[in-house]
Amino acid sequence: MALGSDALRRSAEAVAIPLLALVASMAVFGIFVALVGRDPLEVYGLMYRAAFGTWFSWQNTLTRAAPLVLTALCTALPAQMGMVIIGGEGALVIGGLASIAAGLAIKATGAPPFVVHAAMMLAAMGAGGLLIACSGWLRQARGVNETISSLLIGYIALAVMNQMVEGPMRDPTSLNKPSTAALGDSYMLGTIPGMDVQWGLAFGIVLCVLAYILVFHTTFGFGARIAGGNARAALLAGLPVGRMVLIMTFLAGGCAGLAGMAEVAAVQGRANASLAAGYGFTGILVAFLARQNPIAILPVAVLLGGIGASSGMLQRRLGLPDATVMVLQGIIFISILASETLFGRFKLFQPREAER
Amino acid sequence: MNEVAIGWWGVPLAVLAGAIRAGTPFIFVSLGELLTEKSGRINLGLEGTLVMGAMAGYGVSYLSGSPWLGVLVAGLAGMAFGMLHAGLCSLPRVNDIAVGIALMLFGTGLAFFLGKPFVQPQAPILPAVEFGWWSDIPQIRAALRINVLFLIGLGLAPLVLWALRTTRWGLVVRVAGDSADAARAMGYSVDRIRLAATVAGGFLAGIGGSFLSLYYPGSWNEGLSSGQGITAVALVIFARWNPMYCLYASLLFGGAGALGPALQSVGVTEGYYLFNAAPYILTLLILILTSSSRRRFAGAPSELSITR
Repeated sequence: MALGSDALRRSAEAVAIPLLALVASMAVFGIFVALVGRDPLEVYGLMYRAAFGTWFSWQNTLTRAAPLVLTALCTALPAQMGMVIIGGEGALVIGGLASIAAGLAIKATGAPPFVVHAAMMLAAMGAGGLLIACSGWLRQARGVNETISSLLIGYIALAVMNQMVEGPMRDPTSLNKPSTAALGDSYMLGTIPGMDVQWGLAFGIVLCVLAYILVFHTTFGFGARIAGGNARAALLAGLPVGRMVLIMTFLAGGCAGLAGMAEVAAVQGRANASLAAGYGFTGILVAFLARQNPIAILPVAVLLGGIGASSGMLQRRLGLPDATVMVLQGIIFISILASETLFGRFKLFQPREAER
Repeated sequence: MNEVAIGWWGVPLAVLAGAIRAGTPFIFVSLGELLTEKSGRINLGLEGTLVMGAMAGYGVSYLSGSPWLGVLVAGLAGMAFGMLHAGLCSLPRVNDIAVGIALMLFGTGLAFFLGKPFVQPQAPILPAVEFGWWSDIPQIRAALRINVLFLIGLGLAPLVLWALRTTRWGLVVRVAGDSADAARAMGYSVDRIRLAATVAGGFLAGIGGSFLSLYYPGSWNEGLSSGQGITAVALVIFARWNPMYCLYASLLFGGAGALGPALQSVGVTEGYYLFNAAPYILTLLILILTSSSRRRFAGAPSELSITR
C-alpha cells in the first residue's frame, strides 16, 4: 500500500511543481505586460478567447499543437538517455523536403494517394531520423557534444532546404515565394474527419502513446533509462549503449521529420521557407515543460499551441508585437528550469517509508 | 567612387574584408564564452545576449545620438543576462546547457519585442579608421576601412590571455574551472567566481552584438544575427580555450561567412545558401576532427559539462 501512495506522491510532485512554475511565469509576464502599459487581465482574457474560446479557435490551437507534439518527442526521446537534442527544427524541415520529393516522384507513377502518403511518411521519417542519428553517432564515435552538433546540423539542414527550394526543386511558377511543385489537391492528406484539424495531430497522439510504451514498458526503454542515469553502469551491465543511442536519436528525428511531412501534405501542399516556422524550437520548450514525459507532451503542446494561436489576436487588438509570444515562452522556459531546484524540497511529496 | 574591374581578385579581397568585418562580433562573443567556460560553466544563451546587445545598442544610439553610449549599454544588457544565467545555474540541480537554451529564446524574444520601434529609424553608427589611403583601388580602400571595435578586439585577446595566465584573478577563475573542490578548499565561493566570469562574458557578448547593429550590417532588424552566438561556443572548443586562437578562429569564421556573397558578386550564384551555411559546416567539421571519444579535449576546463 505504501508503495502505491509513494508513487502517487511522486506523480503529484511532477505535476504540481511545473504547474507552480507556470503560474509564476504568468505572474512575471503579467508584470511585464503591465510595464509596457497594457492591462494584464485583458491580455490573458484575450489570449484565452483566441486560443480556447470557440470551437474555431480550438481547431486553430490543435493545428498548431500537432507539429509541437512531434518536435517535442524529438527532444524528449533522447532525453531518456541523458541527451539534450535541439535539432528538431532541422529534422522537421528536412523531413518536409524529403516527403515532397518522394511524394512528387511516386505521384508521377500514377500510384493512388495512400501509396503516395505512405512513401512521403517513410521518406520524411527516414530523412529526419538520419539527420538526428548523425548527432547520436557523432557523440558515440567521436565524443562530439550532441546539443551543439544537433543545432549545427539543424542549421545546415535549413540551408539545404533553402538551396533545394530555390534551386533544383523550384517550381518556376512560384515567383514571390520560391517553392517546390505542389502536391496537388487530390493528393492532400486533408483533415481529421469531423474537425478542421490536420492529421499531424493524430500522428502525434499515436506516437506519444507508442513512445510512452517504449520508454516505460519495454526492456529497451528500461535499458535506455539506465544508460541515461549512468552510462558506465549500463555498459558494465552489458547494454549496447552505442546502438541504443543510435536507435533513440533515429526515432527522435523520425518524429520531427513526420511533423514536416504533415505540414507539407496537410497544410502547405508544397515545401518552402515557411516550413521553418519555429515549431522545432518551441518543441524543445514543450519537452522540458512536460518533464520529457511522452504523455505529458500532449496537454503541454496544446497549451503552447494555444499561446501561439493567440499571437495574431494580440497584434490586431492590442497592437503588441509578434514577439510577445516569444517573451512569454522564454519566461515559461526559464521558470520551468528554475523550478527543477524545488524537487525534493516539499515534505508533502516525499516518500513516507520511514513512518511505515 | 567607381568600381574598378578586378574580377576574381575580388574574392580573396572580400574574404579578407569579411574576416575583419564579420570576424569582429565573433572575437567579442568567443572571448566572452571563453571567460565563462574557463570558470567551469557553459553559456549557450550568448545568442540571446548578442541579439539583446544589438537591439539595446542600436536603441540607445538612436535615442541619445551617441553610438559609444550604445556600445556601453549593450554591454550592460549583456551583463544582466550573464547575471540571470549565473543566478539560475547556481540553484541546485539546474542544468547550465538547458538554461542557455532558455535564455537564447528569451533574449531573442525580448529583443524583438523591445526593438520593434527601432526597425525603421537610422541610428548614428560607429566610426571607422581608413587604412587604405595608400591605394587607388576603391575595393581595397573599402576592405581596409577598419572599425574601432575590431582594433579593441585585437588588443583584448592578448589582454585576456595575460589576465588568465598571470593575474591572481585569472588563476582563481581557472581553479574554479578545473576543480570546484580545490577552489572551495582555497576558501573561494565557486558560485561567485562563476557569476563574475559569466557576467564579464555577457558584457563582451553584448558588445559583440552592438557591433552588428552599430557597424556592420549597421541597422537593427530581426534577421540581424546569423547564429554568431551559437557558433562562438564551437569556436571556443576549436580554439582550445586559448584567447589568441579565439582571435584567429574568429577571423577564419568571418572570412568563411563572406565567401558566399563574394562568390555571388563575381557571378557564382550556384549554392548561395550552402555557402551561407559555411560557418556551420566548418564548425561541425572542426568539432568532428578535434573531438575524440577516448580522451578529453586538451586544454578543456575539467568542470565543463560538455566535454566531460
